[in-house]
Amino acid sequence: MGKTIAEKIFEAHAVDRPTPDTWVLRLDAVFCHEITTPVAINDLVARGKDRVFDPAKIKAVIDHVTPAKDGKTAAQGKILRQWARRHGIKDFFDIGRNGVCHALFPEKGFVRPGYTVIMGDSHTCTHGAFGAFAAGVGTTDLEVGILKGVCAFRAPATLKLNIHGSLPAGVYAKDVILSIIGRIGVNGATNKVIQFEGPAVTAMTMEERMTLCNMAIEAGATCGICPPDRTTVGYLWPFIQDEFESPEAALAEYTRFAPDPDAVYDQVIDHDISELAPQVTFGYKPDNVKPVTEMAGTPIDQVYIGSCTNGRIDDLRVAAKVLEGKQIDPNVRGIVSPATPDIFKQALAEGIIATFMAAGFCVTNPTCGACLGMSNGVLADGEVCAATTNRNFNGRMGKGGMVHLMSPATAAASAIAGAIAQSPLFKTTEGSN
Amino acid sequence: MKDFNGEVLFLDRSDINTDEIIPARYLTEISKEALAPHLLEDLSLEEFDAATDIAGKRAVVSRANFGCGSSREHAPWALEVNGITVVIAAGFARIFRQNMFNCGMLAIELPEAEIDRLFSRFAGKPTHLETDFDAGRLTFHSEGDSETIPFTVSDFDRALVQAGGWVEYADARY
Repeated sequence: MGKTIAEKIFEAHAVDRPTPDTWVLRLDAVFCHEITTPVAINDLVARGKDRVFDPAKIKAVIDHVTPAKDGKTAAQGKILRQWARRHGIKDFFDIGRNGVCHALFPEKGFVRPGYTVIMGDSHTCTHGAFGAFAAGVGTTDLEVGILKGVCAFRAPATLKLNIHGSLPAGVYAKDVILSIIGRIGVNGATNKVIQFEGPAVTAMTMEERMTLCNMAIEAGATCGICPPDRTTVGYLWPFIQDEFESPEAALAEYTRFAPDPDAVYDQVIDHDISELAPQVTFGYKPDNVKPVTEMAGTPIDQVYIGSCTNGRIDDLRVAAKVLEGKQIDPNVRGIVSPATPDIFKQALAEGIIATFMAAGFCVTNPTCGACLGMSNGVLADGEVCAATTNRNFNGRMGKGGMVHLMSPATAAASAIAGAIAQSPLFKTTEGSN
Repeated sequence: MKDFNGEVLFLDRSDINTDEIIPARYLTEISKEALAPHLLEDLSLEEFDAATDIAGKRAVVSRANFGCGSSREHAPWALEVNGITVVIAAGFARIFRQNMFNCGMLAIELPEAEIDRLFSRFAGKPTHLETDFDAGRLTFHSEGDSETIPFTVSDFDRALVQAGGWVEYADARY
């Protein structure tokens, strides 16, 4: 019987099967940030077990609130910083080198096809874009991962999502994943791995695949996962060129983790995007999704472009294209947060930052901050934000605030209009919805 | 093993997320106890008032996909520091469910029809839960009414609860 990507990764990493349905996996990477890790560190210290399984496989970053905004966040950073130092964790990213974890770690080449990755962060599913099994976990799983290099999972049922067609002009990976979540619901993939496949996925860049996999958790999925291919190898080549004779050799190694043609799936969904139009959320659940046209004119107070979903260079390029030569509405606060220092530098070099500033945007350093209402753009009660982030939960960006999720193009167009608006990069065709 | 008996809080909605259980603005706390006053602070639900309805409760009964969203273990912690050690629902988000068992707490899934019946029979009345973990039985008592429902948890989850959590279990084995 053939196997899915997740099944192949599980078999290659199994260290124990305490029950037939439970797999304890060896971990290739444990990622840490300053919000969920300090409690694990303190607990390990209290237990007299202040050790790490392998300092080279642990990567850590201060990203959620940086620079620290108060004594509490400063203390969280301090605990992580001192822990990284005393255990010789070389890949630790602090002020000046830090960025949003799920944008920074891929950029550093830390994720490879076939890897097992955990982090105390639900959007860890992003790294499945590389053909890895990457799952968000709680602090206790993280703690055991740090100490023992293992984590327990149930057998991975897989939902195969075949994405057909090609992206219409002005429609983006964000619109695709919003349309999928709108279709299958916030509980549609609970306890499952979503294996994204099909011509549309093959055509996507790694950045687009990351946007796709990033929001798999919003449908309840354990992980989103894309089959490793030439695009994956092309992205990783600067990091792996010493390990392989040629990209072809790397591809041959990585496609060991490609799904078998006769793999058995829990569910198969075919999703055609050839007629897809830009999407936006309403309400407080990420599956409350509508075409932008149906929400156009909804007044907004703030626009936020950034996050692990859409804070990458292509996202900023698209938004800048919409903003070029324009001014944002005087009643709208525009905030852009390039997700990593390299993205920030690239955006500076291309004049993108200048475009944002000329349009009236505030540019912040790379941080998660506003996305979860912690810093750098928290909403007041009753305020509305057009955001390129991933969650529209009640109070997510600030108590009493409303968040509408959308692509960077739609967010930029909305900033100019002062209300949710269709991007000029999207040309309506008849029958589009 | 923790105590899984006591008064029940009914939360009548699907998809109650971890931001509603404990908002991100409190994730800067290092101590679990500091989360206590903020449990369910952002949950806006008819006939629920966090200020008065949580005190004295030991169990939660809710609907599908409880605990969806963030991976924050602060959600089970915020329940635990308020004395709530068991959540019974029609379904759980994977990470939340795992976090509960990893902390030695119970996340018990029951068929939707049984959850419906529990709501119609007991919601709105003072209800006491008695949990027989070894026998796999939940008994709900309210004035003049009681019902016993069997439950199952996997052998692995049972071992986590008996060990006191995943750190203890893993440390003894790996």
